Amino acid sequence: MSDDMEEAEGQEGSGVPVAPHRVIGTPPPTPRLIGSDGKAAEAGAEGRAGHGTEVEPAEEKLPEVADYPEHAKNAERVVAFCFLLAFIAGSGFIAAYIGLEVGSVDSVLRSNLALGLSLSVALLGLGGGALIWVRHIMPDAEVIEERHDLRSTDAERAAFAEYFAEGTGASQFVKRPLIRRTLMLATLPLVAAPVVLLRDLGPLPYKSLRHTVWSPGRRLLVYGTNTPITPAQFSAPGGMITIVPDGYQDDPDALTKAAVILIKFRPGELNIPTRHDGSTLVSTMNWTVDNSIVAYSKICTHVGCPVALYEQTTHHILCPCHQSTFDATTGATVIFGPAARPLPQLPLTVDAAGYLVAKSDFTQPVGPSFWERG
Amino acid sequence: MGWINARRRRPVAGYAALLLGLVFVGLLYGALTRTGGGAQAEPTSASQDIATGQALFKATCSSCHGLDAQGTSEAPSLIGAGAAAVDFQMSTGRMPAKEVGAENGRGPVQFTQQQIYDIADYIASLGGGPPIPDAQQVSTAGADAGLGYELFSANCSQCHNAGLSGGALTYGKFAPSLTQATPTQIYEAMLTGPEAMPVFSDGAISPQAKRDIIAYITQTRTEPNPGGFSLGRTGPITEGLVIFLGGMGFLVLIAAWITARRREPWDVAQEENARARETSGTSGTEH
Amino acid sequence: MSDTLNVPKALSGTGGWLDDRFHGARGLRVFMRKVFPDHWSFMLGEIALWSFVILLLTGTFLALFFVPSTTEVVYHGSYAKLNGIKVSEAYQSTLNISFDVRGGLLLREIHHWAADLFMAALTIHMLRVFFTGAYRKPREVNWLIGIALFTLGLLEGLFGYSLPDDQLSGAGLRIFEGVLQGIPIVGTYAAFFLFGGPFPGNSIVPRMYILHVLLIPGLILALITAHLFIMVHQKHTQMPGKGHTEKNVVGQPFFPYFMAKGGAWFFFIFAALALLGTFAQINPIWLYGPYTPVAISSASQPDFYMGILEGALRVMPAWEINFLGHTLTLSVLIPAAVPFGIIFTGAAFWPFFEQWATGDRSWHNINDRPRNAPIRTATGIATVVFYGVLWAEGANDVLADYLSVPLYTITWIARVLVFVGPAIGFVVTRRICLGLQRKDKELLEHGLETGIIRQLPNGEFVEIHRPMNEEERAVLEAKTVPALMPAAGSEDENGVPAPQVSGVMGRARAIANRGFAETVVVETNGHGNGHGHGNGHEPAAVGTGHAELTSGDGSDGESGGS
Repeated sequence: MSDDMEEAEGQEGSGVPVAPHRVIGTPPPTPRLIGSDGKAAEAGAEGRAGHGTEVEPAEEKLPEVADYPEHAKNAERVVAFCFLLAFIAGSGFIAAYIGLEVGSVDSVLRSNLALGLSLSVALLGLGGGALIWVRHIMPDAEVIEERHDLRSTDAERAAFAEYFAEGTGASQFVKRPLIRRTLMLATLPLVAAPVVLLRDLGPLPYKSLRHTVWSPGRRLLVYGTNTPITPAQFSAPGGMITIVPDGYQDDPDALTKAAVILIKFRPGELNIPTRHDGSTLVSTMNWTVDNSIVAYSKICTHVGCPVALYEQTTHHILCPCHQSTFDATTGATVIFGPAARPLPQLPLTVDAAGYLVAKSDFTQPVGPSFWERG
Repeated sequence: MGWINARRRRPVAGYAALLLGLVFVGLLYGALTRTGGGAQAEPTSASQDIATGQALFKATCSSCHGLDAQGTSEAPSLIGAGAAAVDFQMSTGRMPAKEVGAENGRGPVQFTQQQIYDIADYIASLGGGPPIPDAQQVSTAGADAGLGYELFSANCSQCHNAGLSGGALTYGKFAPSLTQATPTQIYEAMLTGPEAMPVFSDGAISPQAKRDIIAYITQTRTEPNPGGFSLGRTGPITEGLVIFLGGMGFLVLIAAWITARRREPWDVAQEENARARETSGTSGTEH
Repeated sequence: MSDTLNVPKALSGTGGWLDDRFHGARGLRVFMRKVFPDHWSFMLGEIALWSFVILLLTGTFLALFFVPSTTEVVYHGSYAKLNGIKVSEAYQSTLNISFDVRGGLLLREIHHWAADLFMAALTIHMLRVFFTGAYRKPREVNWLIGIALFTLGLLEGLFGYSLPDDQLSGAGLRIFEGVLQGIPIVGTYAAFFLFGGPFPGNSIVPRMYILHVLLIPGLILALITAHLFIMVHQKHTQMPGKGHTEKNVVGQPFFPYFMAKGGAWFFFIFAALALLGTFAQINPIWLYGPYTPVAISSASQPDFYMGILEGALRVMPAWEINFLGHTLTLSVLIPAAVPFGIIFTGAAFWPFFEQWATGDRSWHNINDRPRNAPIRTATGIATVVFYGVLWAEGANDVLADYLSVPLYTITWIARVLVFVGPAIGFVVTRRICLGLQRKDKELLEHGLETGIIRQLPNGEFVEIHRPMNEEERAVLEAKTVPALMPAAGSEDENGVPAPQVSGVMGRARAIANRGFAETVVVETNGHGNGHGHGNGHEPAAVGTGHAELTSGDGSDGESGGS
């Protein structure tokens, strides 16, 4: 129990008093099992008693007494207070759980506040108490531990290589190429099997991305109220409304591609130029009603968000996700942002009862681009 | 005073002073800044005084909108705009506009409600247009907030935000927050499509559906935040800021506390200094 | 061996019982005295560790109530505003947890805040490891494990916040599907296989659920175990300081000091999360509403750790190539592959790139001060700027609204800054590092200016400089400078070209090496007449090995050079 304590003075020149500073060694690292002459330890199956090494005595001991007893006593009171506070708060948590009901926004607010606050105080009490205990009551001690070399010695490596060579030799693996090759062949299908098993995760896309559920005569319904709409009802210029196809108003799979944005323009504002749709020239002003009501796909051609912001004054359709902007008067052509293609236009007409219906499905795939789109 | 003086060199004194300063500044700020404007008056009766309205119009609005409201290069024609549009723009303080800019935001109301009705009647007399809704039309009694949610989410939230905090449009325009608009103003805005906002005519969104939307808006904005402070209801942006500045910041400070070098405790150092002063009789030297 | 402590019979009895079966005494004894060096920045990884533990605890609770199904039901519950609306069972069960389970909202919020804290702590921890060079040999494998953990954490968080099937996360899933769909050749198949058909289908929520509660946490747990085991086996690095050498670790022993501090740290982290869960509302899905592909809100962003993906998608111009009936949509593929690709691949290759450029294959157990590795620090800052620009662009509509700047302007600024910013960051940081090295040189050679002026008998005023004490010297002098390789294409006296700098790769290596070897040289012949050295800024001379020692003790490890 030799005492190696050094009472460290303040650092020269810094003037800051430092706590007593003890440096204590650690036990030297345990001797390695393989002797340094490369021979493996004899009779490897000694069991536990066969290690034959001794317990290394600790050179120094950790101090047992607090550095500053008076201060430690004060700190002890603070720590005890923290722990008591934690106890009270923790009990408060249980009490709040039992006592406070939930079931409405207001009651959940109260319950959340009570439970959360009590939990926080309990945890802070435990953490703060433990920390003050370490910093103000436990005596300061510094330990130096040696790092052993990570790299094995050359002798160890040689011994390992020897064992490995012996084992490989015994297995005859190297000498019998037929076994080797057929073994690798045998494992190949089993390695591929888990990948193959994933095939039934989903159907193949085939052409399903090219079509939506819109078809000739299908009515346009206002989303939410699910009511059809006539041109007379949608007569205020500058109007915009979200549309879903009749029969699919509750089908999210269909709506992901079939949602439509319907816009009403003042006379003369709408001016969709004749342009190519694939290889054909089309004049899609024919697809509008009264040359002023136009329907575009609401699915952005970038990555598929609903492109929903409509600015009446600039007649821009703006997608809130990545700010792709489309000009609604010229066929939803792209004027800014990462979308590369205009929004497909839905051909519109009016049915016998006067309601707006689709003339046909979209003539190009709706939504984000894909490899086979062309 | 002596109690404070004796402890003013303690480490905690600095933190206490900082906290006190922060609290003081916070109180001062709260006292001096004003919160948003009060509620607007609901219409009680429509005035028939078109002449008063015309006079007010000529005095204030005609400089931009033209002497007969026919519009100029600065401002659009108001013929056919309707009373509802006038009431909305003026009762929210957007009009009279101080400048021709990208967007007119909500501001201090320049006229009394009666004057606004007068001007509205005058404009309505010029070419018709949507009338100011009465109290029954904007009453949310019996409204279906769930249907209001569906309509709002499909047609409104992309500009005004699901949490009603508004959002940016192109070229410097913005969709305002909906936390201050009265039910009448909301109805009027849907009906008339002010500035960049599209028009939601009664044919597309029926009056009942409009009331459902208003019910959804008023319930959402008065609803408490059960999970704590709302962080502006802006979503993951503010949450990310809070976790870095608040969460990580707090924890880094704690980590600094945990690993701080142990120095001689303050109270022990004080006592030793005091003892040194006594024995040496001179002003204390630090050891 | 203390006889003043009486171990209670229960403890010693149990301990003996276990030791009879597991032979623990020696190993535990060594472990009790194991040293963990003390520095605040070493605790950042533990934030992630304890956050993960809290995620497991709160997540288990949530899993007892959550229903991972997109079957449509009509909501009739405590959140009256949505009564009568069709929602999925997943959404309904999340509303149920929030409003009908006591403590449910609190634990839901703690869970989500813990996920955010996990990712934030990982980011800062990774940056700390990078800037201090703690990824160098022998810790490269741990660095790679860390990158894998970061990636898994990203996916785990993405799937986790998408489980409630609300409007905000559903929009994110839609974007995810759109990006997937755009991948050449296999994209549509991958999208259909993941979602079990067209978007949204009914399979994605149950599949994300099993990934989120079983598969990915299992992988993360395994990798964390490996990460910690490697750290314990190799021992933690330590900051330069007096008595710190490459061959030792200085600090406090595990039992009881580090154990107590670690426990306190856990409680503080948990307390921070509990405070956040009480006072900061996160992911209020009742405000967002259930997911429908027809609707969207403004300010729709993913959680912050996916932010650069979102920013990259917003910053792109419309680039799409159509050829031979096929579409290559670059405005989607570049954001999907490039930002994370650069950061993760760059990070993974960096330790090996640095070894190649410096020729330094020695072990490093003492951390670098960032200023002493200007190229590394500058590259790190450039990456941070790149990350930050894209992150800010991801919030461009919120920034436009709050700062009253036009929307497109912010995107244009980001388009420029994403290239210019990192370059400026690199140049400025490197200069700052070299400047700080000069300041260290000043301190070592002339001491610290105390601000005390003294008048000499002859009337001259001088300022008193305090020389650096041993501890300060140890820190200031700890600098490993890579040796300078021969100039590109150079030959020795027999005309044999130097192998490591010949050829195209050799020339590149020589250029990189010149950058890494740049340092501010400190005169080591004491202080006093340290004037007139020129600016002291030059690469270490060829063949002199280390210009500086890494500690006051003397040499350590191998010197650099090929």
